[in-house]
Amino acid sequence: MSNLKKLTSKRLFLPIFCMILVMMVNIIFDLASGNFPFSFFTISTRNGVLYGRLIDVLNRGSEIAILAIGMTLVVSASAGTDISVGSVMSLSAAFCCMLLAGFGVSSATQLQMPLIVGVLAGILMGCLCGVFNGALVAYLNVQPMVATLILYSAARAIGLLLCNNLIVYIRDDSFKFFGGFFGPVPTPIVIAVICVAIMSVILKKTALGLYIQSVGINKKASRIAGLNSERIIFLCYVICGLCAGIAGIVNASRISSADSNNIGLSYELDAILSVALGGNSLGGGKFSLIGSIIGAYTIQAITTTLFAIGVSTDQAPVYKAIIVIIIVAIQAPPVSAYLKQRAAKKALAKGVN
Amino acid sequence: MEKNVVLTMRGITMTFPGVKALDNVDFTLRRGEIHALMGENGAGKSTLIKCLTGINAFEAGEIHVDGIDGAVVNHSTMDAQKKGISTVYQEVNLCPNLSVAENLFIGREPKTRLGTIDWKTMNKRSQKIMDDLDMNIDVTRNLEEYSLALQQMIAIARAVDMESKVLILDEPTSSLDDHEVEKLFGLMRKLRDQGVGIIFVTHFLEQVYAVCDRITVLRNGQLVGEYPIAELPRVKLVAAMMGKDFDDLEAIKSDGVQDFTNAEVLIEAQGMSHKGTIKPFNLTIHKGEVVGLTGLLGSGRSELARVIYGADRNQTGTLKVNGKEVKINAPIDAMHLGMGLLPDDRKAEGIIGDLSVRENIILAIQAKRGMFKLLPMSKQIEIADEYIKTLQIKTASRETLIKQLSGGNQQKVILARWLATNPDFLILDEPTRGIDVGTKTEIQKLVLQLAKEGKGIIFISSEVEEMLRTCSMLGVMRDGAKVGEIREELTQEGVMKAIAGGGANE
Repeated sequence: MSNLKKLTSKRLFLPIFCMILVMMVNIIFDLASGNFPFSFFTISTRNGVLYGRLIDVLNRGSEIAILAIGMTLVVSASAGTDISVGSVMSLSAAFCCMLLAGFGVSSATQLQMPLIVGVLAGILMGCLCGVFNGALVAYLNVQPMVATLILYSAARAIGLLLCNNLIVYIRDDSFKFFGGFFGPVPTPIVIAVICVAIMSVILKKTALGLYIQSVGINKKASRIAGLNSERIIFLCYVICGLCAGIAGIVNASRISSADSNNIGLSYELDAILSVALGGNSLGGGKFSLIGSIIGAYTIQAITTTLFAIGVSTDQAPVYKAIIVIIIVAIQAPPVSAYLKQRAAKKALAKGVN
Repeated sequence: MEKNVVLTMRGITMTFPGVKALDNVDFTLRRGEIHALMGENGAGKSTLIKCLTGINAFEAGEIHVDGIDGAVVNHSTMDAQKKGISTVYQEVNLCPNLSVAENLFIGREPKTRLGTIDWKTMNKRSQKIMDDLDMNIDVTRNLEEYSLALQQMIAIARAVDMESKVLILDEPTSSLDDHEVEKLFGLMRKLRDQGVGIIFVTHFLEQVYAVCDRITVLRNGQLVGEYPIAELPRVKLVAAMMGKDFDDLEAIKSDGVQDFTNAEVLIEAQGMSHKGTIKPFNLTIHKGEVVGLTGLLGSGRSELARVIYGADRNQTGTLKVNGKEVKINAPIDAMHLGMGLLPDDRKAEGIIGDLSVRENIILAIQAKRGMFKLLPMSKQIEIADEYIKTLQIKTASRETLIKQLSGGNQQKVILARWLATNPDFLILDEPTRGIDVGTKTEIQKLVLQLAKEGKGIIFISSEVEEMLRTCSMLGVMRDGAKVGEIREELTQEGVMKAIAGGGANE
């Protein structure tokens, strides 16, 4: 009993629990439909690359996971969310593809400049957007929701402008790499792992994590203790923009094009949800990066599971919403307080008997 | 009910979670008097007013209002207004973009037979109200065209026109200049002569003596007493507010006052100020000197220290540290110059609640080292353990969240945070608040110890004895200005006279 209690009070218990729950649903469904019960976990090789539902989740969830890194920092430091990340993804992709294809060209078979220059420029564009958001929030004290609403609506349009209202196709195999395969492993997985690893190392080796949490918990006290609260919040938004830029390039590479109207559409919501599912308070303060990453893959797992079960694309959001409501409700303080109270009553009843 | 009495409150008791905000408080207001309600911050003035106007619900006690049978319980400000109790708050609660007349009659506009607003009557009646009060105002102009003082007076006129028997003025003068205050006082006297009972809440001692007839003093939620103004000279009022029985004061001399005039100067402030909180001041602190700042709460003693530290931006004058002129833009600059500030509001500006004791202790050192030079974990643990031991911080472990500690232990953690940075100049704002007596002495000893090591210290405390024991010089603060320094007469009596200011011997 006490062991169970210890386990459930751990920070990462809920995100992991939710992840396991989604996997269980997969197993049960496979059992019911007479498939091999562990087909969710089965990884096979086809045409020299890894294949399977689990790989699919990891692959498709990469963008959300990358976004979740930046979003976690933003939420922790500023108690607000960056809702522009989806649009910034689209802008970064558009800028990158425009540079690679040349302005006004809708389909390019030859790159106009070295691939790496275009890609870095795209990512830099994401950073610039982060600078803009960060300046508004940190230095002008604009509410995060309002500040990022500007790029939420504008970034996608700027992207369209850059692409001359066209969907820019890059028909060059080297560009497909970021959304393709690195050996047998899908490249997005590798990129996501690298991003998470770099951020983990930064958090471990520098005081950034301590600073962000301190500012997020008590901005005034942090300032008195010598932290430059504004600069730290600013930095978080820049990192968030950087992540959005990377995610945008990955997404564009997947479809070999910059489809401004569709890249990153409503990804911001998934990113915010990842942070919440990861057990992080949207009110800022303490955060767990790993929690958010688990949250990101949980969301992708839900989506993939729904498709596997045969829910149509149109209806999937409804089921997704129901699942999210349940998960969020379990984490809500009144519910956990109620559960605790019930447990205490039960223990008391036992004691009396 | 006694004749002439318009309002009595008897045995009002109210508790906030964990704190008795009001404990069996009595209050009596007579017809045609201006009655000051005095007390330091947190004494229960606002809570008492809120109980009266129905914003707070009190647990025990009775309120009687003249002309109403039985005990009165108000459930909202509207409710109170109907019973003749009007309140004018610190901030003007009117609509600047409406005309003066509209503001006077908002919510109770005179109507024509068709149910539309009768503008003619409204403007005529408004003009009459203004004329009656000798206020030269065109009621059809927008409120925002008039000065803050006039707006404040219009708010009062509105309250009075609603046939108030009791008028509550909660810090109405804090945003007015001297001339405007005088105008407001004129209006208050006029209303008093018309028979309105006025409750006047203020922080300014001068104003109390300028306009009030009677004073009720509260302290820590309890009634200290009710006095006619003539029987309570300033010094006694200060003593009553601070909880010292003036007549029985025993002079505690600090042993061997040292002379620092020849010592090396550490901090030299010349004409520093911050608009709205502290007027320009000069202050010199020598190495090894403990300087106290005394004054009532809200007198500017914390604000002075904050300007030196850069927590509030210095807007005029200069600061020299070790003889060199410096510019401090943010606390981190002050920290690099060897300063530290233990703020008085521990919860809002001291602790980082959701971080552990260890993280809270090393935060300032880490900030000084910069983001990229993370203090190795072993070092962090060493520092945390060292201070937990030397300051005897009672915590389950060094990884316990600081918000789970008691107030006194939280304070020690913040103290540890600054001691760990080994500052040359430390500002301690109420370091002993909420700490048990034994630890208080420890902290006082620590302060003297630090001074002996050659550090300069500003020590701010509500407890005068504490400062007398530790400080060699006291800066006296009143109404947001430094008004003097005491070196020789370091006794409770001398300090209180200085705080009370001009006319102390009246």
